[in-house]
Amino acid sequence: MSPAMLIVALIVTPLLGALAVGLLGRWPNLRETATLVTAATLFGLATQLIGPVVNRYDVALEVIEILPGLAITFRLEPLGLIFALLASLLWFVTSVYAIGYMRGAKEPRHTSFYVFFAIAISGAMGVATAGNLLTLFIFYEVLTISTWPLVTHKQNDAARAGGRTYLGILLFTSIGLLLPAIIWTWMAAGTTDFTPGGILFGTLGPTEAAILLTLFVLGIGKAAVMPMHRWLPAAMVAPTPVSALLHAVAVVKAGVFTITKVVIYIFGLDFLANVPLEQWLVYLAGFTVVAASIIALKQVELKRMLAYSTISQLSYIVLAALVLAPFAEIGAAVHIVAHAFGKITLFFCAGAIYVASKKTRLDEIRGIGRRMPWTMVAFTIGAVSMIGVPPTAGFVSKWYIIAGAFQVDNYFTLVVLMLSTGLNAAYFLPIVFRAFFRDEDVPPKVEHGEAPWPMVAALTFTAALVILFFAFNGPIVDIESRILEVGQ
Amino acid sequence: MSILEWMPFSVLLPLLAAPVCALLPGRFLPWLLAMASVTASAVIMAFVLPEAVNEPMRYFFGDWPPPIGIEYRVDAVNAFIGLLIAVMGTVILPWGRISVNREVPQRQGLFYALFLLSFAGLMGITLTGDAFNVFVFLEISSLSTYVLVAQGRSRAAPLSAFRYLVMGTLGATFYLIGIGLIYIMTGTLNMVDLAERLPAVADSRAVQAAFAFIIVGIGLKLALFPLHRWLPGAYANAPSAVTVFLASTATKVAIYVLLRLVFTVFGIEFVRQMPFAEVFFVLGVIGILFASIWAIEQDNAKRLLAYSSVAQVGYMALAISFVSVAGISAGLVHMFNHALMKAALFMSVCTVIYQVGSPHISAFRGLGRQMPLTMLAFVLAGLSLIGVPLTVGFISKWLLIETAMADGNWFAVVVVLVGSLLAVMYIGKVAEAAWLRPAPEGREPVREAHPGLLVPMWILVAANFYFGIDTRLTVDVARRGAEMLMGGSP
Repeated sequence: MSPAMLIVALIVTPLLGALAVGLLGRWPNLRETATLVTAATLFGLATQLIGPVVNRYDVALEVIEILPGLAITFRLEPLGLIFALLASLLWFVTSVYAIGYMRGAKEPRHTSFYVFFAIAISGAMGVATAGNLLTLFIFYEVLTISTWPLVTHKQNDAARAGGRTYLGILLFTSIGLLLPAIIWTWMAAGTTDFTPGGILFGTLGPTEAAILLTLFVLGIGKAAVMPMHRWLPAAMVAPTPVSALLHAVAVVKAGVFTITKVVIYIFGLDFLANVPLEQWLVYLAGFTVVAASIIALKQVELKRMLAYSTISQLSYIVLAALVLAPFAEIGAAVHIVAHAFGKITLFFCAGAIYVASKKTRLDEIRGIGRRMPWTMVAFTIGAVSMIGVPPTAGFVSKWYIIAGAFQVDNYFTLVVLMLSTGLNAAYFLPIVFRAFFRDEDVPPKVEHGEAPWPMVAALTFTAALVILFFAFNGPIVDIESRILEVGQ
Repeated sequence: MSILEWMPFSVLLPLLAAPVCALLPGRFLPWLLAMASVTASAVIMAFVLPEAVNEPMRYFFGDWPPPIGIEYRVDAVNAFIGLLIAVMGTVILPWGRISVNREVPQRQGLFYALFLLSFAGLMGITLTGDAFNVFVFLEISSLSTYVLVAQGRSRAAPLSAFRYLVMGTLGATFYLIGIGLIYIMTGTLNMVDLAERLPAVADSRAVQAAFAFIIVGIGLKLALFPLHRWLPGAYANAPSAVTVFLASTATKVAIYVLLRLVFTVFGIEFVRQMPFAEVFFVLGVIGILFASIWAIEQDNAKRLLAYSSVAQVGYMALAISFVSVAGISAGLVHMFNHALMKAALFMSVCTVIYQVGSPHISAFRGLGRQMPLTMLAFVLAGLSLIGVPLTVGFISKWLLIETAMADGNWFAVVVVLVGSLLAVMYIGKVAEAAWLRPAPEGREPVREAHPGLLVPMWILVAANFYFGIDTRLTVDVARRGAEMLMGGSP
C-alpha cells in the first residue's frame, strides 16, 4: 500500500470495524474479537507510516474540493504520526480492558458501545492525519458527536445531564468559536493548510492575531482550557473505558494536538513571537493548570478527581505550546504521549476498583492495596508520572518544558510548574498512602480480589509503558523534534 | 423538439394532468398520473438547467413576442429553483402515497389534482418572465394549497387553512397592487421590459410605493418575520405529504420571486436607494433568533420544525441583505440546502406520526430503539440543520459567515453562530427523547416504518451529505445565478 492510501486505511479501518461489530452483535465473543482484530490492524497500519516520516517523504492526499480552493486533504507529519500510533495502540489495550469492564460491571448495550467507540477512533485518526484546518474540523466534530452516545451510555438522569453539558460545551466552542476562527484564517491567508513556518505571517496585525489565537485556544474546547473545561468532569458519567481512552487520550489529546498544530503550522513561532498579547493566553493556561489542581484536591470521587487532573495536565501542553520556545514545543509534543500513558493507567485502575469492589469514592479505598496489589502498584506508577518524578514518563516531558521556559526566560511557567508539581503530589500521594498503609474501616460486603484478568493485564501493560517511556523515549522525541523543521 | 420547446411542458404537464387526475377513480391511478407528470417535469428541468446556465432561454407563448404575449425566461436562477422543486416533488410523492392513504382515505383523485395544481403553480411562478403571470400562478398554487392544508386530520386544520388563506390573500393582494402601480408607471408587465423602463421613473412615489407593496406581499408568502404567523399552524396541521412538500418548496419559490423582482426588475441601483438591506438585515436577525427560541419551546415536533423553518428564512433574508454576489449566492445555496434538510426532517417526524399517531415530543421517547432508521435519519438531517461539517448545512453556514466576514459584519457572524447553537438545542431535544429516554409505559411496541417511507427519507439524508461534499452543482450554479441577478456587478 502506498503511504497515501495508508492514511485512508487508517480512517476507514475503524469504520469497517464498527460495521463488523454491529453485524456481529448477537455473538459477544465474535464481536469482541472483531474489535480486537480491528484495533491490532489499525496499530499495524499506523506503524507502516513510521518509515515515510523518518525518511522525510511528503505523504499527502487531496480527496475532494468542497468549496473552491478548499479541499479535504490529508498530510502526514511527525506529531500526527505519534498521535495516530498512540491512539491506535491504546485502543487495542483499552479494548482488552473494556471486555473485562463491560462484562464485569454488567453494563447494558455492549454492541452500540463498541460501534461508537470505533467511530470515535476513526475520528481521532482523521484529526491526526488532517492536512488542513477544514479537514481537521470535520473529524473533530465526528469525534464530538460519536462520543455523545458513549457519554450518555447509562441513559439515566445523570447521563442525560452529563451528555447535555458535554455536547453543549463542545459544540458551543467548536461551532461558535473554532469555526469562525477557521473561516477568518482562510479569509486572511487564502488557505488553511498546515504549513511548516505558518501561513498567517504578514496577513494580520498583532492585535488581530491575538484575538484569532484566543478564538482558537478557547474554540478548541477539547483542550479544556478554563473556562471551557466543564464538559470533561461531566463526561465522567461514561463507562470507565470511555473515560480512559477517549477522555484521557483520544478526545482531549485531539484538542491539545490541534492547538499545538495551530501554533506551529498556522501561526508559526516567529510570527507569534511578535504578538505581545499572546502572553495573556499563557497566563490563562497557567491559571488552568493551578486552578484545576486545586479543584482536584477537593474532589471526593476518584474519576472526577482524575478528570480535573486531566484538565490541569492538558493545560501543561497548551502552556508549553504557547511559551514559543523550541524545547517547550517538543515538551508539549512529548507530554501528549507521556500524559496519555500515565492517565490511561490511572483510569484503568479506577475502573478496576469499581468493577472489583463497586467503590468510587476516595474515602472508601483504605487498605485496598492489599486486596488489589497489581492495580494499586500500577496506580502508584501513574500517579508518580503525573507528579513528574523519575523514573516515569511524566519526568521526560516536564524536563523539556522547563528547558523551554529557560530558553525564553519565562519564569511564570516555572512557577506554575513548581506549584502544580506540589499540588499533584498533594492529591495523589494521600491516595497511595491510604490504599497501602491504612486498614479497611469495614470489611467489604463481598470478598474481592483483583478485577477480571483482562483489566489487570491492560493496566499492567500501560503502567509498564510509563516506565519504559522514561528509559526509551529517544526515537519518539527524535520524531517529534521534527515538528520544528521549516521547509523540507 | 428542442429543449427550448420542451421547457414550458414542465409547467403545462402537471397543469393539464390535474383535471384528469380529479376524474380518475381509486387510489393508485391518480397517484400514478401525478407521479408521472411531476417526474416528467423534473426530467425536463434537468435538461434545461445546463442550457440555461450559459444563456437565458426565452420561450414566447403562442409565438407572441413579449410586450403582447407572455414569455418564459429561464436563466441559471430559475432553472436551479425549478429543478429543485421538481426533484423534491418526485422524491416526496412516493413517500406521500402511504401517508395520504391513511390521512385522506376518500377521493384521492381530488387530492392529487390539487397537489398537481399547487406544484404547477410553483413551477409557473418560477419559470415565467411576466410579473402578472407570477400573480396568476401564485393564486393557482396558493388556492390549491389552502385546500390541501384543510385536508389535515386534526380539528385545527380548517382553522389553520383559514388563517393561511387570510394571510396569503393579503400577500397576493399587496403583490397585485404593487404590480398594478408599476404597470401604470411603465405600461408593461414583462420583467425585462420593466427593468429597462423603471429606472426612468424610479424617483416617483408610485414606484417606491409599489416596491414596498411587493416586498410586504412576498414577505407574507415567504413567512419573513414578523409576517410568519400563518406558517407554524399550516405546517403542523396539514397532511404529512403536504407539509413536507410545502416546507421544501413553497417558501423557496417566494424567495425566488423576491430576488427576481428586487434585483432583475427594480435593479441594484434602485435597491440601494431604498432601505431594503437594512430592513432585511434586521428582520433576518430577529427571525433567526426569535424563531429558533420559539422552536426550542415547542412540544409538538411538527411545530418545532415549522418554527425552525421561519428561522431558516431569516438566514436567507440575512444573506440577501448583503446585496452582493456572495450574499445572494449564499442565500440561493441555503435555499437548496434547506429544502433537503427540512424535507428529510419533516419526513422522519411525519413517519413517526404515522407509526405512533402523535406529534408530541413525549411520544418520541424510546423510539431510537424501536424505529432506529427513522430516528437516525432525523439525527443526521438534524446535524445538517445545525451545520456540522460534511453536510449541506455546513456549506450554507460557511458561505454565510464568509460573506458576513468579508463585509466586516461581525454581528451577523455572531447571529449565524448563535442560530446554529439554538438549533443544537431544539434538535437535541427530540434526539434526547428518542435515544435516551425509555418508551412510555403501556405503549405497544412500535415497529420500524414501511420501506416505502424509509427509502425516500434516506435518499434525502444521503443528498444532505452528497451535496455537503460535492458542491459543484449548488455553489457554482448559485454563483452564476447571483451574478446574473446582480447584472455582473460585484
